[in-house]
Amino acid sequence: MKKLNRRDFIKYGSGTVAAGAVTLGAPNIALGSTKKVVVVGGGAGGAIAAKYIKRADSSIDVTLIETNKEYYTCFMSNEVIGGDRDISTIRHGYDGLKKHGINVVIAKATGVDHDTKKVVTDAGDSFAFDRLVLSPGVSLKYNVIEGYDEAAAEIMPHAWKAGPQTSLLRKQLVEMKDGGTVIIAPPGNPFRCPPGPYERTCQVAHYLKHNKPKSKILVIDAKDKFSKQGLFTQGWKARYEGMIDWVPAADTGGGVTSVNAAEMVVSTDFDDIQGDVINIIPPQHAGHIAHVAGVTDDSGWCPVDLGTFESKMHAGVYVIGDASAAKGMPKSAYAANSQGKICATAVVASLNDIEMTDPSYVNTCYSLIAPDYGISVAAVYRLAEDRSKIAKVAGGLTPSDASQEALQREVQYAYSWYDNIVADMFS
Amino acid sequence: MTIKATATALLCLASLMGTTASADPARQLMLVNTCVACHGDNGNSVGPAIPTLAGLSPNYLMGAMLAYKYSDADELETVIDADPAFEDVEAFSRYGTIMNRLASGYTDEEIKMIAAYFSDQEMHRPEQDFDSAQAKQGKKLHAKYCEKCHEDEGRVAEDDTGVLAGQWAPYFLYSMADFVNGDRDMPKKMKIKLQEIQDSVGHAGFEQLAHYYASITD
Repeated sequence: MKKLNRRDFIKYGSGTVAAGAVTLGAPNIALGSTKKVVVVGGGAGGAIAAKYIKRADSSIDVTLIETNKEYYTCFMSNEVIGGDRDISTIRHGYDGLKKHGINVVIAKATGVDHDTKKVVTDAGDSFAFDRLVLSPGVSLKYNVIEGYDEAAAEIMPHAWKAGPQTSLLRKQLVEMKDGGTVIIAPPGNPFRCPPGPYERTCQVAHYLKHNKPKSKILVIDAKDKFSKQGLFTQGWKARYEGMIDWVPAADTGGGVTSVNAAEMVVSTDFDDIQGDVINIIPPQHAGHIAHVAGVTDDSGWCPVDLGTFESKMHAGVYVIGDASAAKGMPKSAYAANSQGKICATAVVASLNDIEMTDPSYVNTCYSLIAPDYGISVAAVYRLAEDRSKIAKVAGGLTPSDASQEALQREVQYAYSWYDNIVADMFS
Repeated sequence: MTIKATATALLCLASLMGTTASADPARQLMLVNTCVACHGDNGNSVGPAIPTLAGLSPNYLMGAMLAYKYSDADELETVIDADPAFEDVEAFSRYGTIMNRLASGYTDEEIKMIAAYFSDQEMHRPEQDFDSAQAKQGKKLHAKYCEKCHEDEGRVAEDDTGVLAGQWAPYFLYSMADFVNGDRDMPKKMKIKLQEIQDSVGHAGFEQLAHYYASITD
C-alpha cells in the first residue's frame, strides 16, 4: 500500500473514515484555523452541497441557513394539487443533515458582507465564512403582470413554491363547481421547472376528469413552445381530450399581461377572460439573497464558472440550482442536485488547495400525465472545453411511441426517483 | 481520537483503497455522484422500482451499462471483445427507459470506474412487504430452478450473476417481464429454466419468487 498523504485522504473523502483521517493528518486544521462554509438555502442544491462538503472533509465547519423549518419539495407537488398525494409526503425536515454534523440554522439570510466574509440573518446573527454557497432558488417577480402582487397570489395562487400555496390551489380546485374554468398561466423562459406548468395541467385535468368532468382548463402561455411539448400534447389528447385548451403567446400577443384578482379576470392584449380557479405562474429571477449579495447580473440570474459554480462576480462565493445561470442545464431539482455535488467538490478542493476533478452532470426529470402515464427527459453533460456551456453528451425524451408498459414504469421510476433524491438531500 | 482508533481508521481506509480499482478516486466519486440521486446512497436504492447497485459484481455492472450504451448487439459484442477489461463481461442486450438514454454519456473507462465503485459497496437488503405463503412457494421454486446459478438464495455476486436476495421486488418483476417478453437477453440455461417455471406454475411463479427474494433481509 502506498503511503497516504493528506491529499489522498481528501480525494477519498466520502465517508467518516476518510474524513476522520483528514483531521488527523492535518493537525493545523484541528488546532484552530477551522475552515468555514456557509450554505444559504436548504433545497435541492443547498442541502446537497452542505452534506457533500461535510462528507468530503469533516474538518470543515458547515452551516446551512434556511428560512423554513420544514421544506416542501416542488417536485411531486403537482400530484398534491391533483389530489393523488397528500402534502405531508412532500414535507421534509433537517434532522438528517444535523446528524452529519451540519449546523442547521432556521433563519432568513438577509445580507452578505464580502469584506468581512459574513452572512447576516433576520435574527440578527452573523456567520463567518471562508466560502459561501448560495442556493436560494427563485424569487417570483410580482407586478410584472399588472395587478399580480403578493395579495393577489392569495386569490390566484402561483403554487410555484411548494407549501401553503400548493394547498391553497388544491383547496380551490376542490371547492370549484363542475363546469368551471381553470386558467393556468405559465411564464416565459427561463423559469423553475420548465415542464412543471404542463405536468400541472395534466394533474388538474386528472382531478377534473374524475370529479368535475364538465370543467375546462385554459392554459394561456407566455411562450409559443414548451418543454416536452410533443409528449404532453400527445398525453393531453390520449387522456384529456377536449378538456385542455393551450393558447400560445402568438395568439394573445404574449400571454397574460394583467389580472384583476377581485373579479377573477385575467387579461391579454386582446381579451379579458374570467376563470373560476386561476393559477398565475409569474416570471422569476434568482432568489432574493443572490441580489442582496450582488452576484446577479442584468438577466436577474447568477453568472458562474460552469465547472465549479463559483460566482463570476465574487470570488469564494458559489451559486447553484435555479438561481445560477447554468448554461445548458434546465432549472430542475436533479440539475441542482448535480450542481450541488460539483460545487461541494470544488469548495473542498479549493479549501484544501487541491486540484478540482473534471465535473460530470446529470439531469433526470419525470412528469406525471396520469397515474399510469409518465414521461421523462434525461441527459448527461460535460463541461465544454472553453467552459462556455454545460454540453449535453447523451440523453433524450421518452420516445413518442413508448408502450403503455413503459409509460407505466416511468411513473414508478418517478416515485422511486423521488424516494432516492429526497434521501440524498435530507438523510 | 486515540492512536488505536487512528490505526483502525487507517486500516479501514487501506482496505477501501485495496478494493477500489480506480486510479483516480476523485474522478470516480464525481461520476458516481451523478448516479446516486436515483440509485441511492452508495447504490443502495430506497425506491422500489429502481435497483440497488451496491455489491453487484463489476462484470455484471459493466455488462449492464455497456448493453444500455451499445444498443446494437454487434457493436456491443465488438466493444466487449476488443477490451481485455471486459474479458469476463457477457453481452446481453437490455431493455431500458432511462438508462438507455443516459449510458452513452459515459466513456467505457468511466463505466469501469462506476462499476468498480458500486461493486465495492455493501448491499443493504431493505425491509419489503411480502406474503409469507407466496415467499414459501418462491423458496421452493428458487431451490429447484435458480439456486444452481444464483447461489446462497441469490446472495452471491462474485459469479457475475444478478443478486436476487433483497433486490427490490418491483424491479425484479420488471426484469422478469423483460426476459420473458424477449426484451432482455439471458444465458441459454436461464432461458430454459424460465420456461420451465412458466410451464409448471405460469407467471405466478415469478410473483412467488419476488416475494421470496423480498423476504430475505440478511
